[in-house]
Amino acid sequence: MQETQLQRVQEAVARCRDLPGALLPMLHAIQDDLGYVPPEAVPTIAKALALSRAEVHGVISFYHHFRSAPPGRHVIQVCRAEACQSMGAERLVARLRERLGIDFHGTTPDGAVSLEAVYCLGNCACAPAVMVDGALRGRVTEAVLDEIVAAAALDDENDGVAGGAR
Amino acid sequence: MSVRIFVPRDSSAVSVGADAVAKAIADEATRRAIPVAVVRNGSRGMLWLEPLVEVETPAGRVGYGPVTVADIPQLFDAGFHRGAPHALCIGPVDDYPWLAKQERLCFARAGVTDPLSWNEYVAHGGSRGLRAALAMTGVDAVAAVTESGLRGRGGAAFPTGIKWKTVLDTAADQKYVVCNADEGDSGTFSDRMVMEDDPFVLIEGMTIAGIATGATIGYIYLRSEYPYAERALMAAIETARSVGVLGDDVLGSGRRFELHVRRGAGAYICGEETSLLESLEGKRGMVRFKPPVPAISGLFGKPTVLNNVITFASIPIIFDRGAAFYRDYGRGRSRGTLPIQLAGNIRQGGLVEKAFGVTLNELLYDFGGGSASGRPIRTVQVGGPLGAYIPESQFDVPLDYEAYASIGAMVGHGGIVVFDDTVDMARMARYAMEFCAIESCGKCTPCRIGSTRGVETIDRIIEGRERGAQLAILEDLCNTMLSGSLCALGGMTPFPVLSALKHFPQDFGLGPDGLAAAA
Ligand SMILES: Cc1cc2nc3c(=O)[nH]c(=O)nc-3n(C[C@H](O)[C@H](O)[C@H](O)COP(=O)(O)O)c2cc1C
Ligand code: SF4
Ligand code: FES
Repeated sequence: MQETQLQRVQEAVARCRDLPGALLPMLHAIQDDLGYVPPEAVPTIAKALALSRAEVHGVISFYHHFRSAPPGRHVIQVCRAEACQSMGAERLVARLRERLGIDFHGTTPDGAVSLEAVYCLGNCACAPAVMVDGALRGRVTEAVLDEIVAAAALDDENDGVAGGAR
Repeated sequence: MSVRIFVPRDSSAVSVGADAVAKAIADEATRRAIPVAVVRNGSRGMLWLEPLVEVETPAGRVGYGPVTVADIPQLFDAGFHRGAPHALCIGPVDDYPWLAKQERLCFARAGVTDPLSWNEYVAHGGSRGLRAALAMTGVDAVAAVTESGLRGRGGAAFPTGIKWKTVLDTAADQKYVVCNADEGDSGTFSDRMVMEDDPFVLIEGMTIAGIATGATIGYIYLRSEYPYAERALMAAIETARSVGVLGDDVLGSGRRFELHVRRGAGAYICGEETSLLESLEGKRGMVRFKPPVPAISGLFGKPTVLNNVITFASIPIIFDRGAAFYRDYGRGRSRGTLPIQLAGNIRQGGLVEKAFGVTLNELLYDFGGGSASGRPIRTVQVGGPLGAYIPESQFDVPLDYEAYASIGAMVGHGGIVVFDDTVDMARMARYAMEFCAIESCGKCTPCRIGSTRGVETIDRIIEGRERGAQLAILEDLCNTMLSGSLCALGGMTPFPVLSALKHFPQDFGLGPDGLAAAA
């Protein structure tokens, strides 16, 4: 973890520590900012909330949303729940695996794209649905998916991980 | 005078291009020097028509949809800004049968107003319920909820008035109101739509709960998959504070109510109320043993009103129009209306709010127009991932809590996921077990281990290895999960599995009698 990252973690910790039930808001604040929760941040969080490191780690690992490693510059989340399945979501999954050469929880070797599974995006009447860097997409076809992947691969200037944070 | 043209800001509409359409309309109007004001309304819930653009005319609002950016020049050529005919025109939106046939109480304003405009909210009946509640004693307010017959819309259908009475009657220095906005069930989006398309109704409903029971702090536990809803809620809460609905002096009554949004973190189990409370307290979402119930010992050990978004959103109209008005909708012990969500492989999917008693046949064919693929509908799953698969022979059962329970099904949060005849029910059964394995909180062995065994067993059945023996193991496993689970995740996952097996044995390589004939 870089110096500046540590500073940003400390800022997030300071902002959230006095909230009732502060741990989740704190983890969100860190991940919103850095794109993940660096394992090196755990001692700082634990100290601020008078918890053990194991307790903090236990919470981070319980929730699917929190990442312990930086994501790619773009995050593609594919809905795998029933309504999207009924409209061919698994075909989209196969297409993405083939195009990106990675599986869920993976990031392409060039660091451009991470692939994640989600279980319902609340867009079930416009299925199948995906979320790209926090932007919801509906009625997604394989052709649309190819465009999304191509756009993500092209757009390499954006090196801020925060773009893919949510 | 400029023409008002409405383009929804609802995330479903945005997901299919509403932002680009809104911009294209404004740009094209400028180019043609036509005075147009683009308003970002909520969605009407006719989601297959999104982006549904509405034009205000002297004869009412005329709809066009689904509109793409490429359609805009043509629409202007045709004179759509005066409500003129066009291939995409659906006529006056309020008269459109899909909408006109509904009974919209909860969703009366959705799509009509700008969701973030407090003035429009008030102009369309908002805040009257809260004003009425402020003039009542807590005892009378809670009694009104009980009389309305409202039952929790989050799934368990517990009478809301009884819950509120428990909180009212439990003395404490601090009480809380918690809204369950974790909406994890596939095929459901009514909570999301309330929060994005009419957020003040949720704020009003929660405030009434606080006023009625003596709770002064509220939390909305919102799933992390809903960033659009989060932004809408934050903006609406800010406005509610500035107009004096929230804060130290609710509408000048001297009463206090404050409201905060807390984001979940992608765990389905945190929709279960005690797991949700653990999560709000900053812990892993492990399910708690009950008793004590949250109404007595909930958030931080204090009495807590915990309800679903739709439950709270149903409250203002009960106080505005009276308990009897609400109770007059529905049948049997299922009173009022249910916002039903038509999803999956359906031609005309979206939000249908109807009194209890409507049938799947009406929903799937009259409203839904059949499958999206044009193939026959084979089955639907009602009530989310823990709900049973329902075969066509039961499509005429009236949708109410008791009628559904009597066929081993569940209304749940009112989500209906449609499958055509290409669905493989053995795969869906396998998925149900897999989902349970992924989302189990890990407290009970039958749920944590049994679900993984279930996946393996169904795999063997699909592959045709010792089908008879594996079937016996699967039924055994399901019985263990049914009886040995602390909450409904482990306890109800057997419903989709066993209903798939019962109604579609051929998909598992079995004879129609369910015996392992083919093995
Ligand atoms: C596994 C599981 C998931 C649940 N998910 C939700 C949910 O996402 N939203 C919800 O309102 N209730 C959910 N519930 C039901 C809640 O436990 C609780 O009954 C409900 O929030 C109470 O509010 P109500 O009385 O207004 O329905 C879930 C229950 C279980 C067992
Ligand atoms: S049934 Fe499953 S999810 Fe529910 S408490 Fe037990 S282990 Fe946790
Ligand atoms: S099931 Fe995919 S968006 Fe709901």
